[in-house]
Amino acid sequence: MGIYLLRRLYQALLVFFIVSGIVFVILHISGDPLALLMPQDAPPSDIEEMRRSLGLDKPLIVQYGLFLKNAAQGNLGVSYHHGQPALKLVLERLPASLELVVTTILISLILAVPIGVLAASKRGTAIDRASLLGSLIGISAPPFWIGIAFILIFSVELQWLPSSGRGTWAHLVLPATSLALYRLALFIRLIRAGMLDVMTMDFIRTARSKGVSEQKVIYKHALKNTLIPFVTIAGMQMGSLLAGAIVTEKVFAWPGMGRLFLDAIGVMDFPVIIAWTLVTATIFLTVNLAVDILYVWLDPRIRHEK
Amino acid sequence: MNDTSANKTFSPAVAEEPYAPPTAHYLGFEYIPAERQLLHSFFSSKLVQGALLILLLLAVCAVFADGIAPVNPLEQTLRSRLRPPIWEERSLSPYYLGTDSLGRDVLSNIIYGLRISLLVGFVSVGISLVIGLTLGLTAGYKRGFWESVIMRAVDVQLSLPLIMIALCFMVIFGQGLGKMILVLAITGWAEYARTVRGTVLSIREKENVEAARALGFGPWTIMVKYLLINAITPVLILSAVQVPRVIILEATLSFLGLGVPVTTPSIGMAIARGYQVLFSGSWWASIFPGLALMLLVACINIVADWLRDALEPRSREQV
Repeated sequence: MGIYLLRRLYQALLVFFIVSGIVFVILHISGDPLALLMPQDAPPSDIEEMRRSLGLDKPLIVQYGLFLKNAAQGNLGVSYHHGQPALKLVLERLPASLELVVTTILISLILAVPIGVLAASKRGTAIDRASLLGSLIGISAPPFWIGIAFILIFSVELQWLPSSGRGTWAHLVLPATSLALYRLALFIRLIRAGMLDVMTMDFIRTARSKGVSEQKVIYKHALKNTLIPFVTIAGMQMGSLLAGAIVTEKVFAWPGMGRLFLDAIGVMDFPVIIAWTLVTATIFLTVNLAVDILYVWLDPRIRHEK
Repeated sequence: MNDTSANKTFSPAVAEEPYAPPTAHYLGFEYIPAERQLLHSFFSSKLVQGALLILLLLAVCAVFADGIAPVNPLEQTLRSRLRPPIWEERSLSPYYLGTDSLGRDVLSNIIYGLRISLLVGFVSVGISLVIGLTLGLTAGYKRGFWESVIMRAVDVQLSLPLIMIALCFMVIFGQGLGKMILVLAITGWAEYARTVRGTVLSIREKENVEAARALGFGPWTIMVKYLLINAITPVLILSAVQVPRVIILEATLSFLGLGVPVTTPSIGMAIARGYQVLFSGSWWASIFPGLALMLLVACINIVADWLRDALEPRSREQV
């Protein structure tokens, strides 16, 4: 168990290292930020001066070594565009993104578990079919388009909710629900399928034949065993949501790190692009590691293994 | 009674009834022999038939887009900017679903856009299938050094969000249809490699494979005839899930302006253009392309569910 976790930790670190290397190297050979940074008519001597001051004149491997050394001290470089430390810029935007992602996950989990259980326990009925159809639509619609449709209905037509910005709870409703719809649909399908699978197992039949009430069979015996593997997928979704929220942040002008990243792409602001990638990868890897630990802890069969 | 049973034993040709597979009911599922499950479930589900029919229609539209689209999707007419769909006032004749802010026909953009969606979806999944199948087969059959190299790469890739990998690659390589197909193919190969390796590992020690090896068949024959055959079902199921995923990813990248170039009509870009005129009340420019994309993806998802349920009835839903 301890060895297993150590191996996972080592693997996460390895991934982090590889990601940083790949992003750094390829970004730096793919384009020259100075072309965008300097005015068109800048004299060549000024450009060289700027290149030196940013450290872009050194060989790539030296640049990468410097980058790693600085990164270890929490310094990912200064944004070419904003003139501030890139990591600070990204971390400043992190709370807004986390707010959106956590709300989204909560909405999808709170709704998906009861709907999935209900659909599975009433298999084949109108409720089940409605939930299947609804979740089919949910997994088939691109989240950014759902966001646009929501803006049209609730902001432009009904004028109930604001369509952009952040601040009050009302601002959070549309981005979070539009982002949640896909996960909600996915989770409903997973819980329903998991429940149906568990319900055919022997221990359920044993519980029933012992005279345990149907309610208790469903919620205590079946749901508990369905949720264990579900935790893994829900956790991974949470990590990937942080990256997936970019589009929703763009649609709703949400001031999160995704928008910072998109803006940075437009002006080839390498330090910000790298900082975003590394922060997102770190959070994703951490969440996955936490989910692994939780999974081991939840499932006694793994917990007691040597 | 004795006579009839004797008859049956000695002259099977006189059997009264043709052979019918036994039907049994277990927990509400009717038992159907595996080889007939695919067709059986196809003919028993109107939903699947409908989805396949719509898919076929959309595919025909995409292939013959030049003949079907009412106007050139890239043609900009200033006179017909932001025209609503044909059933509303102010509409203009050939623009059935209205026009966008540059006077481009929404319907034609959808038809050409679906062509791009289907092309990107199927070609890039095809490429990742070939890469993943080859590497997974190699890893599972050869074992040793190459297996650990390949599987470490798979671990690295699967431990990062798909959209993040795609975004970073598109930033690095820049816009372009070919580049996009390639990038999406790169983001998809790892799951194939993992699936195929898993299948190969589970059957490479089976008796028939051992026997083939003992009979002196070469590695190629064993890989193709014994291992590849068994990997077809899981790979087919995975592909059916990957295609809609890639199609949505393509639309997302194009919506962000990081996908296909502006001169290529794509659904994502059409939605992005519609988004710009959202607040002026021109809803059709963003809603219709999205609906079309949703229809396409939903139909593929229905087919994917059917394939999985029919081919692997006991499998847990894979995502």
